[in-house]
Formats: sequence, C-alpha cells, structure tokens
Amino acid sequence: MNRELKRVSILIFAMFLSLFIASTSIQVLGAEGYSQDQRNVRAVYDSYKTQRGAILVDGVPVAESQKADDVYRYTRIYANEMYSGVTGFFSIYQGATGLESATNSYLTGQNSSQFFEQISALLSGNPVQGASVELTIDPVAQKAAWDALGKMKGAVVALDPKTGNILALVSKPGFDANLLAVHSGAESNANYQTLITDKNNPLLNRAYSELFAPGSVFKVVVASAALESGAYKAESTFPNPSKLQLPGTNVFIQNSGEGKCGGKSTVTIADALRFSCNIPFAQLGAAIGQDTIRKQAELFGFGKKVMFPMTSTASVYPENMDNAQTMLSAFGQYDVKTNPLQMAMVSSAIANQGVLMKPNLVENVLSSNLSVLAAPQPEIFSQAVSQATANSVRDMMIGAVQRGVSGNARIKGVTVAGKTGTAQNGQGQPYTLWFTGFAPAEDPQVAVAVVVADGGGIGQGGVGNSLAAPIARKVMQAVLRK
Amino acid sequence: MSMTSNVVLPKIVRVIPRNRNIEFLLLLFASGIHAFELAQVQLSTIEVLTPEFFLYWLPPTIFAFVLHLILRLRASEADPLILPIAMVLNGLGLSMIYRLDLGSIANGGTELFGVKQIIWTMIAMAVAAAVIIWVPSHLFLRRYVYVSMILGLGLLLAPSLPFIGRSINGARLWIGIGPLTFQPGELAKIALTVFFAGYLVTRRESLAIVGRKIFGIRIPRARELGPILVIWAGSLLVLILQRDLGTSLLYFGLFIVLVYVATGRSIYVIVGVSMFLTGALVAGRLMDYVSGRFDSWLNPFSPANYDAVGGSYQLAQGIFGLAHGNLLGTGLGGGIPHLVPLAESDFIIASLGEELGLIGLFAILIMYLLLVSRGIRIGFNHPDDFSKLLATGLSFVIALQCFIVIGGVTRVVPLTGLTTPLLAAGGSSLLANWIIIGVLLRISDSIGQGEKAVN
Repeated sequence: MNRELKRVSILIFAMFLSLFIASTSIQVLGAEGYSQDQRNVRAVYDSYKTQRGAILVDGVPVAESQKADDVYRYTRIYANEMYSGVTGFFSIYQGATGLESATNSYLTGQNSSQFFEQISALLSGNPVQGASVELTIDPVAQKAAWDALGKMKGAVVALDPKTGNILALVSKPGFDANLLAVHSGAESNANYQTLITDKNNPLLNRAYSELFAPGSVFKVVVASAALESGAYKAESTFPNPSKLQLPGTNVFIQNSGEGKCGGKSTVTIADALRFSCNIPFAQLGAAIGQDTIRKQAELFGFGKKVMFPMTSTASVYPENMDNAQTMLSAFGQYDVKTNPLQMAMVSSAIANQGVLMKPNLVENVLSSNLSVLAAPQPEIFSQAVSQATANSVRDMMIGAVQRGVSGNARIKGVTVAGKTGTAQNGQGQPYTLWFTGFAPAEDPQVAVAVVVADGGGIGQGGVGNSLAAPIARKVMQAVLRK
Repeated sequence: MSMTSNVVLPKIVRVIPRNRNIEFLLLLFASGIHAFELAQVQLSTIEVLTPEFFLYWLPPTIFAFVLHLILRLRASEADPLILPIAMVLNGLGLSMIYRLDLGSIANGGTELFGVKQIIWTMIAMAVAAAVIIWVPSHLFLRRYVYVSMILGLGLLLAPSLPFIGRSINGARLWIGIGPLTFQPGELAKIALTVFFAGYLVTRRESLAIVGRKIFGIRIPRARELGPILVIWAGSLLVLILQRDLGTSLLYFGLFIVLVYVATGRSIYVIVGVSMFLTGALVAGRLMDYVSGRFDSWLNPFSPANYDAVGGSYQLAQGIFGLAHGNLLGTGLGGGIPHLVPLAESDFIIASLGEELGLIGLFAILIMYLLLVSRGIRIGFNHPDDFSKLLATGLSFVIALQCFIVIGGVTRVVPLTGLTTPLLAAGGSSLLANWIIIGVLLRISDSIGQGEKAVN
C-alpha cells in the first residue's frame, strides 16, 4: 500500500501546488488589475482610512475630516458654501474636484515630501496622517465677494499683484459639498443628479473653468500691445467717426453711446479706454494686427493653462482672423474668451509694473506634526509689459475709474485703476458684465476681476459699470480694510 | 470480521518523534501566536486591549494543554505536531472571526459568530479528548464499520429529509431544529471514512483481482464495480438533493483514493474519475445551479454573472479582497474583509488572505500540508491495514476539502459550499475536524504500540 500512498502524497502535493500558484497569481501578479476594477471599492475605502488633512483659511478649517462611526471612519465636513469654488468636493461616489483633487496627495499623506513619515508609519503600523493645506485666501475679501455677487451668477478672483497670492476666489451659485460627501451612495448620487441637472450649473467653476466673452476689459490687453509695439503712445490719435464699416462686410460698428467718442474729430487711445469706445480700438487693432495682440495676450497668460494648483481653462485669442474679425476682437468680441482668473492676471501685471506673478492659492502645507512640507514662494509668470507701458496703461485705467465710464469702482481716499466690460453674446442674449482693476494705484495691494454672467438676471438691462464694478469695489475695500 | 492474512508485519520504523516535550514547546508557541493575533486584532480595530482578549485566548490554550496532559497519560507516543498545528489553525480562525465581529459591530451589524465559535471550540476539543480517552485503540472503530455506514449515510442524507432539512444559500446541507442548525455532512465524512476503510480492508483482495485486459488495461470484474456504482450513485444523489458539488466531490474523491490505496489498481481511479465527470457534466446540463456555478467560475467578472442573483458577486469580491492583501497583507484588522459575503465561513480564506497577504496564505497552506503529511505519514508507518486506510482517508479528506474550498475561492475549481477545516466559523465543521484530530492522534500512538495492537 505504501507505493500507492506515495502516489497519493504526490497528488496531495499537486493539489496544494495549484493553490500556491492560484493565490500567487491573484494576490501578486493580478493584484494591480483587480485593484483598478471599478467594482472594487477597496481603493476608495483606503482613501478614507487615514484622516484626510484639512483645508484651512487663516487657521480655520473650511474642509476637514471628522470621526465617523461607519466603515469610512471619517466624514468630510465643509464649513461654508462660499468656499465651494475653492475646495471643490471629495466624494466616495463622485470623485474629487477643486483643491480636494489638486492637493490630494498632501491631504492623504501620500505625497513624496512625506516619505519619512510614510516609512515610520510602515514600521509603527500607524497610518500616515494627511497634511493640512493653508490657503492664501483673505476670509474678509472672500466673504465680501460672496455677498456682493448676491444672487447673480458669476465669479470673482482677487490677487495680490506683488506675490500672485489668491485673496478671493468665488464662483456663484456655489454648492453644499457636504451633500456629495455623505457616505450613503443613494443619497450622494441623488444629490449629485440634482446639482448636475440644475440649470445654473453650480458645479461649474466660473472663476477659472468657464470661459466668457470679455468685451471691453480686453481693451487693456490691446492698449498694452499697442504701447509695447513702440509705434503708439497713450496720446496717439485715431479718426473719430460715429459709425465704422467693417472691411469686406456691410456691418457697421458703433461706440456704446451710439455717438462719437468725445466731441473732437480725433480721439486718443487714453480717451478711448476712458470712455470705452469701440471704433478707435477697432482701428487700433487693425493697425497693429492680430499677431501683435496675440503675442501680448499670451504674455498675460492667454492660451495657457495655469496651475495654482487647480488647473484653469486656457483663455482664447482666436487665430487666422480676417480684418473684420481682428477689429471685433480688439474690443473683446468675436471669439475672444477668457475667465476672471485670467483678467485678474492682466490687471495684476499692470499693477506690478509689468511683472506678472504666477497665481497661487496655497500658503503652505503642514504635516500632522506641524512641520512645513511645502511653502510655495512667489514666482514670476512673465514680464508681460515694460514698466513704462505698465505705468501708462495704469494711468489710462485710473482715468476710466476716476474720470470715465467705470466710476462705480471708485473708493473714497483710494486711487482705483480699472476697466469695465459689457460683452454681447448675440441678438437678444443677456450681456456678460465685467470689471477688472486694482488699488491703490500708487502701491497696489489687490488686483481683481469680476464677471457677472447672464446679464446679472436683467438681460441687456445692465452694464459692467452698474453691476460688476460695485462688486469689485467691495472686494477691494475688503482687502484694503477701507 | 476476521483479520485477513495479508497483515505482513513490517519492521517498525520509529520515525515519529514520540516526545510530548516537543508538543509542549510547540503548544506554548501556538498559544503565543494566538495571543499575538488577538492583541493585534484589538489594537487595530478598537485600539485598546479588553478582557475579551482572554475569552478568546484562554479556552483554546487551556483545552490544548489539557489535551496534551491526556496524551501524556493515555497516548504518549502520539504525533507531537498534529495538536499544535490544529491549535494554530483553530486559533487563527477564532482571531479572524472575532476581528470580523468587531468590524461588524463598528458597522452596526448584529449577527456575531465569535462567542458561538469559542463554545464550539471547547465542545470540539472536549470531544477530541473523549475520543483519545474512550477509544482505547484504533481497532475499536473496526467493530463499528457497518454501524458507521448506516450512521454516515443517515447523516449525509438527513438534510434532504422534510421538516428538519434546511437550505442555506441554495445548498441543502443543514438540519435545523428551531434556531439551531447543524451540518451533518461534516460528521458523515468521519463515519464514511471508517466505513470505507473497514469495507476495503475486507474486500481489497477480491477488488484487486481484475479480469480481462482491454486496450492493455485490466478491467475489474463486473461484480466488483457494484460498490463503486453504489457510491457513485450516492454522490450524484447528494449533488441533486443537496445542490452541492463540493460535498459530492469530497465523498467520491475520498472513496476512489481509498479504493486505489487498498487495491493498487489505477483502473479504479480512471473509471471513478470518468464516471464522476460524466455525472457532473450531465448534472450541469440538467441543473441550472450547476451550470451557473461553472459560468461564475470561468467568468466571474463578466457583468452578467457578477450581477446575477447567486452569481459571481461573492467570488469576485473575494478575489478583490485577496488582491487587496497583496504580498504582505493589510495586517489583522487593517483590511475590509467584511465586504465579501460569508467572510467568516465560506470565504474566511479570502479574509485571511486580505489581512495576512500571500505570505500568510502560504503559511496557512503549509500548515495544512504539514498536518496532512503527518496523517499520511501515520498511514505509511502503521502496520495495520485498517489503520493505514483510516489515517490516509482522514488526512486525505482534510486535504481534499482544503483543495475544494480554497481552490473555489482562488478559482482553481468551481466554488462550492464546504468550509475550511478548523478555520471557518461553524460548529459542525469544528467538531468533525477535532474528532479527526483525536482519531489521528489515537492511531499515531498505536504505531508505537504496534506489535501489541496487531497481536
């Protein structure tokens, strides 16, 4: 019988060998593939296993993870809707957006800067705690922007022109990120459906994702391009008709007042900007050409995505335009598209003597033991214009606010530089209303851009100066504490 | 039943270290491992050590040392590795079940298994002690060969009876009275092994005589195929009545291996395997449940199988769990094994694989292999044929059951409803496997006393 027993032993060994092979193939060779199967929720559970770091504004959490009594161990709590455009959301079922996504590796403790913590966690068996992210946001300015936009659809971005730090970033309407952070899948999915089908699209970030026609705020870019070309000065003049036929078309353009730009037969670039006249800028655009304008626009950041650390949608200055289109684009119509972050960058460059600082939202990243893991330093994005051009454009923008059509941005005792915009979106469509500017003009502390979408709810009844400029004023006042 | 003349007394090889001191040291080690597991479970789930630690730690340790004392007194030559391995496996199962209970409590679950498992561990180890004390020698069981047959068949078919039979998760393997359920098939495997061993010892001579040669293979005489046909029919009956491929495969596989060992005729293996495959294939055609199991086995991740009721959801989740464990595992308490249905019983191996990793799973497999090899070794060394077959049968049944269950979870074979010996939650399974441990210890002792016993 022992001969047979020996064979049975071999059979048993073969059976176990097959188990060794099968378990190796599942646990090691196939593990990566299985972990990526979307029906495998373990990766998601894992991300909840450690306490996710908080997102802080002035040391106060606007998003934080608190202990929960279920499998996820922690619930993400959002303090206030006014930060929804900054934090985005972090959901088991819908993924993550905004800072929750952009700084995820820090918040989860998996960033390579936490390497030593990870090693010691591996040895001690305690999970790495997520690092917290402190923002550059000024809570007073953020609240002012949120309140000033009121029920209007739109966005505000305020920058410190000297550092690029983002002082306020608001997108309206906001949303309650807590609705998506709930641990019940049915509830989270239902809330997501409600948000995604909302006609105001609250999940769309209007501060840096959506693009709008800039209208007259784009004249700042064109004026800068003209001065940079060396061929023009602020006092350079253009003919001043009340109507201008676009070449090759039978379309006539007019200034917004439907008359001449001032009473004279010619008009300076400075006055054209001050009164926001379209005809002189159309002539200027045709004179310097689309390539010059594009080069200047790109120095301001058009055509580039900005990581701050969220990623913005690149603003657009169209290519291969004919003369008529170039002329329309010179006052921010045709297919020019931008967002408040980009326009705040334009003002910020003018404010900072032509030096454009890279926008940045993160003040520093602190590990759970309060050591600083990262503290982004101010970075130069580009030398957008020369110091002389910057000063000259600044003076034109001061004119627009102090003595021109952008007067609603005036602050008592402070010199404000700025430019309004009222972009048309086609026959009968509501306007897109703009303001961008900075203050105090002599020593700029804040550069701001405001967009009000859908005409602020009153169709074609509002203009940039009536709806957008007062919002910008309140934000600048908040930063300056005036 | 007279002893047959073939009992050739081999020279007795004393290879089994008959040293209870080795067992004592190994038991200390096993108890320490168990304590370490429980401490890790408590620290990583509730972050504090509570007196419940002792509830889970002391019973197996105390009972194991009592068993050790009984062995010193009543079976001093018994194999020193079997008891410690059984204790490690049982303790590991307890730790994992307790860990799943803690996880379940944290998630608001109310169905707990830990305390039941502790009670059954104590009962099962006490019964194992009783076996060692009251079964004076291996030959004792030979007197009850036909009683075992009736007992075994009765237990096996009990779940198919009306009123007391219960279906759980589609398989009709349980009997229940009120809230108490029991899986009699687990005990049936012992009774049937005793019966097979006793039956084959008396019939091996005639079974070994084979008839004409066809295609170079000697074909057994028709009348010798009778018993095989009976067992084959019985297995298929189990498959049809109880809807469980695993149980059916377990008994038939056990029988075929014992017939082969007893007769040395591989033709029985060939005939047996082809009969079983034919039966299973026909059943697969006729019974949706069997074909469903095959589909799930081959394509567990296809949406059709994954989403089907009774489909491959559990298997796929088990594999996700194993993959999550990777090489080193998440550590006890660090994973999320409760995502898999039946994580404490049928899928305890996926739970362990997730938290202990491939390394832990290998360690478990090696312990089973070691346990089985000790049993087979008893078969090798025992001078008495009945004991040889009994030890081989009981060891093989553990090996085959491991293969069917773990192979089911790791997709080597289709998934069935058997439990992992000694690890999984379930009283019947614990009881049966500890009885097997007791019998193996008893038989291994009798090798030392071999001459006395055979004479």
